[in-house]
Amino acid sequence: MARKPDTRILLGHGGGGRMTGRLIREMILPKLDRGQLGALPDSVVLSGLGAAIAYTTDSFVVSPIFFPGGDIGSLAVHGTCNDLACSAARPLFLSLGLILEEGFPMDQLETILRSISRAADEAGVEIVTGDTKVVPKGSADGIFINTSGIGQINGSVRPSPEKIAETDLILVSGPVGNHGMAVMLSRAEFSFDFDLKSDSASVWPVVERLMELGDGLRFLRDPTRGGLAATLNEIAHMTGKEIRVDEAAIPLDESVSSASEILGIDPLQAANEGKIIAVIASDKGQEALDLLKECPIARGASIIGEITSTNLSRVVMTTRIGGSRVVSEPSGELLPRIC
Amino acid sequence: MNPADESRTAKALAQEIGEICSKTSGPLRFMEVCGTHTMAVHAAGLKSLFPDNLFLVSGPGCPVCVTEKRFIDEAMLIGQQHDACMATFGDLVRVPGSFGSLATFRSEGGTVRVVYSPMDAIDIAAAVSPRPVVFLGVGFETTIPTIAATLKTALARGTENLFVLPAFKTIHPPLRILAAKEDLHGFLLPGHVSAIIGSDSYEYLVRDFRKPGAVAGFEALDILLALRDLVRMAVDKSPAIINDYKRVVRSEGNPVARAVVDEVFEVSDASWRGLGLIPGSGLALKGPYARFDAAKSFPVEVPEAKDDPRCLCAAILTGAKTPDRCGLFGKECTPEDPVGPCMVSSEGTCAAYYKYGAA
Repeated sequence: MARKPDTRILLGHGGGGRMTGRLIREMILPKLDRGQLGALPDSVVLSGLGAAIAYTTDSFVVSPIFFPGGDIGSLAVHGTCNDLACSAARPLFLSLGLILEEGFPMDQLETILRSISRAADEAGVEIVTGDTKVVPKGSADGIFINTSGIGQINGSVRPSPEKIAETDLILVSGPVGNHGMAVMLSRAEFSFDFDLKSDSASVWPVVERLMELGDGLRFLRDPTRGGLAATLNEIAHMTGKEIRVDEAAIPLDESVSSASEILGIDPLQAANEGKIIAVIASDKGQEALDLLKECPIARGASIIGEITSTNLSRVVMTTRIGGSRVVSEPSGELLPRIC
Repeated sequence: MNPADESRTAKALAQEIGEICSKTSGPLRFMEVCGTHTMAVHAAGLKSLFPDNLFLVSGPGCPVCVTEKRFIDEAMLIGQQHDACMATFGDLVRVPGSFGSLATFRSEGGTVRVVYSPMDAIDIAAAVSPRPVVFLGVGFETTIPTIAATLKTALARGTENLFVLPAFKTIHPPLRILAAKEDLHGFLLPGHVSAIIGSDSYEYLVRDFRKPGAVAGFEALDILLALRDLVRMAVDKSPAIINDYKRVVRSEGNPVARAVVDEVFEVSDASWRGLGLIPGSGLALKGPYARFDAAKSFPVEVPEAKDDPRCLCAAILTGAKTPDRCGLFGKECTPEDPVGPCMVSSEGTCAAYYKYGAA
């Protein structure tokens, strides 16, 4: 029997899981896709402009706007730079769109702008155009930011889903779930005191090193909303293959693990803002890890699994105690549990 | 414990369980009473380690799953008709009522605040005063003491705009009903609830029903250890209550927590989704705390709520069926569009089957 159609936008439509996918596939793409949009790349490689140019956009509506390890400003820079990096494009230029709510404190805006400036300098990008709008009190939650970015692709490495093959390995560039958990815990509702920071950072240094693998680097994605679970499922669906991951190999900070236990939120479904999932050729695993050794933001990089020969479009995990279970795509917004 | 040791210990326990189970030809069915156990069993992929004749069925220990649709309807009507701010644990936000969930209520302009601790509701009440704040009082012995303590604080502070919509439940009355079922051979007893009520409180399972019980923690090894004890007691026909979670649970429980509950609540009847009205299985606010009762302070006309007759949550909550036997499972009923609460609760059996699948 047919599913009930959604009649209103719910918060879950922005969660990065199954509901978001449905909104994009059923509502947005049929109207706007003219060929390039439908592949839903992190950033699109623009054709016909001479040198290879990648282009992307992202909007940031995080609450709270200041959280341990960052704020909405640095996040807006890192998020867009990372989408470019996933197309193997060095981030170069950003636009900055500010939507400010009437009454928003000027000193907070100043702090956020300083943070944007610092993050842009660190990522090696320049803010070259922008826009500012103010909306009446109640129409926004303080501040929303949109950034669009342009990056340049040098060399011949072009990670893409078509290159993924059986026996390829899945690499994650460090412990997962830190950003999602840090934001969740810093919401006023939760009075916990964990030593937990967002991982918000530009991942270009990681990508640049992995590009030394040449054709051994098959595919890249940053596991933001929906976390590792959403990204792995996306890869499984794109390839039609089963992905098998090893729970014991998935890097997880102790603080994330404790927080997830208390809140009942799966850290594999929590967002990351400074991590990369890379699919690499089966014989390049050690080389990839060696390349990342000297890269501070790839602390704890690990090979967590592989693409199998089974055509099941799903992600299966071998658990710590040797059991097996499916890693499902997140659905709706993440909510803490009752007990 | 490092992963290699953990895996080795799990394999040894699974092998031992297999050997004990092979001594009997018939099926061995144990109920994990608590929803957190259900999730932990699936998350660890434990079922893939069990022998063919060992079955774990889920019980009524998920507070969201046993809450009737009427409760969500009543909460939304209070929110709408009395401009109340709803404060709730996250699990309830997507649970469907007759005319949508609290998520729909919020998308239509209602106020829903997700809290982790009921104490946060006092701060919310202070922030939005004099607007009423209604905390949705769903939970078992684990959460009830903190809610009782919250109301003691609210009374002492003179917080006037905080209310609780009560749907509290206690575990022994339904457990007695389930213990009488012949096809259940024992109970994996809830760790958190037992920390309050104590492992001694289950003695009636042995005395009146000759059924074994094992109090278990929530790590995979905790569960395997308790299951090993359960299968051994069932096969040897030597039922007892074993506390396999001694690092948290004492035989007498937590008398301080129980005292605060006794001060604020009195025993009442409660209606359980899937089990119906069970005498003495609920808690009502008493004495000076009765004024916090949102149902009495904000009377609303709640139309009769009908569950979709095709939804098998009731059979699933009593261990009579597994989610994959339900025709709605994964088709019309998904975590985004749940028909029953078992699909949306973070401790729900259907949610566990859907999320972790059979690999």
